[in-house]
Amino acid sequence: MTMVAIKVLFFASLREQIGMSELEVKAKNLSGLMQALADTLSVDGMAHLRAENVRIAVNHNLLEGEDCVFSPGDEVAFLPPVTGG
Amino acid sequence: MTEPAQPDPRVTIQVEDFSQDAVYRAMCSIPHSAPAVVATNVGAVVTFVGLVRDRNAVASQGEVDTLTLEHYPGMTEASISKILDKAEAQWPILNCRVIHRVGTMAPGEQIVLVAVASAHRNAAFAAAEYIMDYLKTDAVFWKREVAQGQATWVQSTDEDQSRARAWRQKS
Repeated sequence: MTMVAIKVLFFASLREQIGMSELEVKAKNLSGLMQALADTLSVDGMAHLRAENVRIAVNHNLLEGEDCVFSPGDEVAFLPPVTGG
Repeated sequence: MTEPAQPDPRVTIQVEDFSQDAVYRAMCSIPHSAPAVVATNVGAVVTFVGLVRDRNAVASQGEVDTLTLEHYPGMTEASISKILDKAEAQWPILNCRVIHRVGTMAPGEQIVLVAVASAHRNAAFAAAEYIMDYLKTDAVFWKREVAQGQATWVQSTDEDQSRARAWRQKS
């Protein structure tokens, strides 16, 4: 596994809490990404990202708690609870 | 990499307002026929329009100033397509459509349209309700409401969650 450049997106309340909408990060997998984000974001920001109700989507597909090995250019989105209609 | 998805003709996300009448007439026609050809197998069309209200659980009448909807282009459309696929697997749907607005809206404005055409009313009513219930819980949107100058992020209600759960128990 090698580190690859991925695009990280934060939406809605998370974007406001973290103070940015996107970020380029190099990581091998999801746990590597969380470590890289912890090095960049504030402790508060990380707490918001790790909240139980935050879902993670990789290339528009929701993860169900599994790890994910990234390919170059992958898009990882952190989604606070959604509602439409 | 995110694959460029083929757009789903059943799903539209737009800033502009929409015409319920135009969608209703399309539901009465053979899908993608141009000029429109009447679909004589359609016996029932249900259309639902959701509007922005000026009040909520905590804000009283007239206190809501605006509702702003945010989405995740690509994933939002896919989340609605999935809901429509599930509805089409459960009921004999001849045609269906969702138009969802994003951006900032004022109370009274149209926000969402769900339309279902079927041979009979029971399938059309049930599928439209199912689609709407899942838009509340599974469609990838976020709502930021401003009431009396204070912004809050709206979440789906416990009732929304239990309505979606009830469909899962039925199927």
